[in-house]
Amino acid sequence: MIRTMYKSGTALAAVLLAQFVAPAHAASGWGELNMPVGVTELSKKIYGLHMMIFWWCVAIGVFVFGWMIWAMVSFRRSKGAVANTAMLHSTKAEIIWTLIPVGILVLMTVPAARVLIDIEDARNTELTIKVTGYQWKWQYEYLGTDVGFYSTLAHESNAARQLQSGIDPRSVPNYLLDVDNPLVVPAGTKVRLLLTAQDVIHSWWVPDFGMKKDAIPGLVNEMWIKVDADKTGRYRGQCAELCGRDHGFMPVVVDVMSKEDFESWLAARKAAQQQAALAANRNPSIS
Amino acid sequence: MATHTHTAAAHDDHDHKPHGWRRWVFSTNHKDIGTMYLVFACTMFFVGGTMALIVRAELFQPGLQFVDPQFFNSMTSMHALVMIFGAIMPAWVGLANWLIPMQIGAPDMALPRLNNLSFWILPFAFMLLLGTLFVPGGAPAGGWTMYPPLALQAGDSFPMMIFAVHLMGISSVLGAINVVVTVMNMRAPGLNLLRMPLFVWTWLITAYLLVAVMPVLAGAVTMLLTDHYFGTSFFAASGGGDPVMFQHIFWFFGHPEVYIMILPAFGVVSEIIPAFSRKPLFGYESMVYATAAIGFLSFIVWAHHMFTVGMPLAGQLFFMLATMLISVPTGVKIFNWCATMTKGSLSFEPPMLFAIAFLFLFTIGGFSGLMLAIVPADFQYQDSYFVVAHFHYVLVPGSLFAIIGAVYYWLPKWVGRMYDQKLATVHFWLSAIFVNVLFFPQHFLGLAGMPRRIPDYATQFADWNMVSSIGAFGFGFSQLLLPFIIIKCLRSGAPAPARAWDGAHGLEWELPSPAPFHSWEVPPSAAVIERGAEH
Ligand SMILES: [Cu+2]
Repeated sequence: MIRTMYKSGTALAAVLLAQFVAPAHAASGWGELNMPVGVTELSKKIYGLHMMIFWWCVAIGVFVFGWMIWAMVSFRRSKGAVANTAMLHSTKAEIIWTLIPVGILVLMTVPAARVLIDIEDARNTELTIKVTGYQWKWQYEYLGTDVGFYSTLAHESNAARQLQSGIDPRSVPNYLLDVDNPLVVPAGTKVRLLLTAQDVIHSWWVPDFGMKKDAIPGLVNEMWIKVDADKTGRYRGQCAELCGRDHGFMPVVVDVMSKEDFESWLAARKAAQQQAALAANRNPSIS
Repeated sequence: MATHTHTAAAHDDHDHKPHGWRRWVFSTNHKDIGTMYLVFACTMFFVGGTMALIVRAELFQPGLQFVDPQFFNSMTSMHALVMIFGAIMPAWVGLANWLIPMQIGAPDMALPRLNNLSFWILPFAFMLLLGTLFVPGGAPAGGWTMYPPLALQAGDSFPMMIFAVHLMGISSVLGAINVVVTVMNMRAPGLNLLRMPLFVWTWLITAYLLVAVMPVLAGAVTMLLTDHYFGTSFFAASGGGDPVMFQHIFWFFGHPEVYIMILPAFGVVSEIIPAFSRKPLFGYESMVYATAAIGFLSFIVWAHHMFTVGMPLAGQLFFMLATMLISVPTGVKIFNWCATMTKGSLSFEPPMLFAIAFLFLFTIGGFSGLMLAIVPADFQYQDSYFVVAHFHYVLVPGSLFAIIGAVYYWLPKWVGRMYDQKLATVHFWLSAIFVNVLFFPQHFLGLAGMPRRIPDYATQFADWNMVSSIGAFGFGFSQLLLPFIIIKCLRSGAPAPARAWDGAHGLEWELPSPAPFHSWEVPPSAAVIERGAEH
């Protein structure tokens, strides 16, 4: 029996240890134990909530598991324990262990509701991007500009992920988390994403942005992200809602640029698309 | 007595039962039907387990080694359908059949022919469901949740799956009606509701949940069927329908379904822990009320399965609060079980070991459930491996361990022989260790960003997936010990006394072992009820 306790104890200890030892993005997979803190205004609040409730669970766990272990150690028949069969119930105890959990729930709910209200506040966005899920790729359109493109699994990953491809996934950089055309967003800007889908339900998820939201055919969902101004870089995620055969192979990759870089990227992209459109008009037969 | 004329006397004959296949096919006996349910559940458990091992074999390392992604999706979908509708639910109905008449002092279930029908529907339902593996387009691959529009992309498997679900639903509802009628009408005189064993109580509430929600599932899948074949647009936005509506209807069934699988487990644990603590259950009445409260709350929390579909703020807040409230009655149960062990005289036979593992590990599943209720955090957890870890913690060391514990607790009563307790203890330790190796790392995977239902993954998820797969194979093969122990017990187990465990209380232990073919032909006397119904 002692081993049961050790087992649960070790499990708990492993989680605890993880919180102290592991940086959110250690190089090795062994260190990937916790939710990333993320790089947006909301992701940090969400991480904070996650850790708050985790520590509540640890505290309750110490109490409950402690009680169970104490009972199992102290009241063993093999150690001569005699049962107290008169112990039938105690209204007082039962009221206490109803009311205390209710109190803890209130302490959990209030901050959760606050964050939720922040998440739902999609006012004052500066840029709107329409995200459309397809089997199995994403389309990004910068509303108000002509810029738009598809984003599909990068070629190297796609070759390696074929059944018995013979290619070692570890030799492919960012295996399954790389695309041909990443979404580009400016840092320090409140960006609104409008999500929908063309065929089946998908879900757009970048863990570093703290959230996912379903892209549903026939409906338009809304979410917003505001990446910290100093957190430029490349962030990766995946489709999170089962969407058919290649559900595992439609990653989400986002390049976060400084505002200036983003403006010049957008201008270049506009120019390139206009060129392409002109070329297509000149030779209609080709298009 | 043995004249076999057309009189009622022949009907009451103790030993009279048909032999050979007729005994089983035409059976109206609660024990034989219970046995068939349990054998069926065990078979499906190994079928569904094999599917899980195919999934875990593919996930052992990154890259696709064994199966096509479409077949992988079929395996995850079928694994869930087979385990939920083929293994866990029939196992509970089997236990209800075996135990409820014995525990309430009745000779049999109230509706024996209906009982026969509700079992014999199941093999046909599963022939249809498993038959989809061999039709063009392959087995259902859109998840057991069958979300449209994806579910509508299936091939010939689609109508077969729908009809299989209909059949399972009919079987469950008939079984549930039988339980309600039996408990309400067949209790021995003097055994009033608040003296019933907890297993009967939890099953009574489960039966009401089943009757309430299985028709909802039937409606949802029928709408899918008409959307596919008869031009309706319930869930097709292009025709004015709403794909999210399916999710609402499905989870209105689906959440009570979760409690259908766990409430009887609460009942079993509430019987095993007092027996091996040699002490009555602490807070019997609050256990009953807590079960009823959980049953009620299960109807008003469904949307917590779908926080990411986009809901109004007020809706999200409501479903978050309602979900968190469930932890209050559940906590009452956990505390009552702890209090039952406190100041007891504990021993650790196999049923008790499984019940204690249930306490620890179900609590861990409860913690992750509480975390999942927090809507903003759920935006990260949703559809990740964190969810997979959560529901497997409540279903495997939750429901399944309780079922195994129940078998180890009542088996001596059923067959009149004691099983090899040492071997069962080995079975316990292998199960308890491997189940954690299997599912605990999935928490890490989910938090680190691995979505569920993917056949291949980025390389940073490789290490913990490997651990999880090792746990899966260890757990799966350890379960072969269960049928082995049972068969060994049937063949060569030592005779078991009527009260197989010295701390066991309840009317079933007042019957001889093995229990007679017709349980209580004469209702137990007031004195026997007094002795048996001592909680
Ligand atoms: Cu997708």
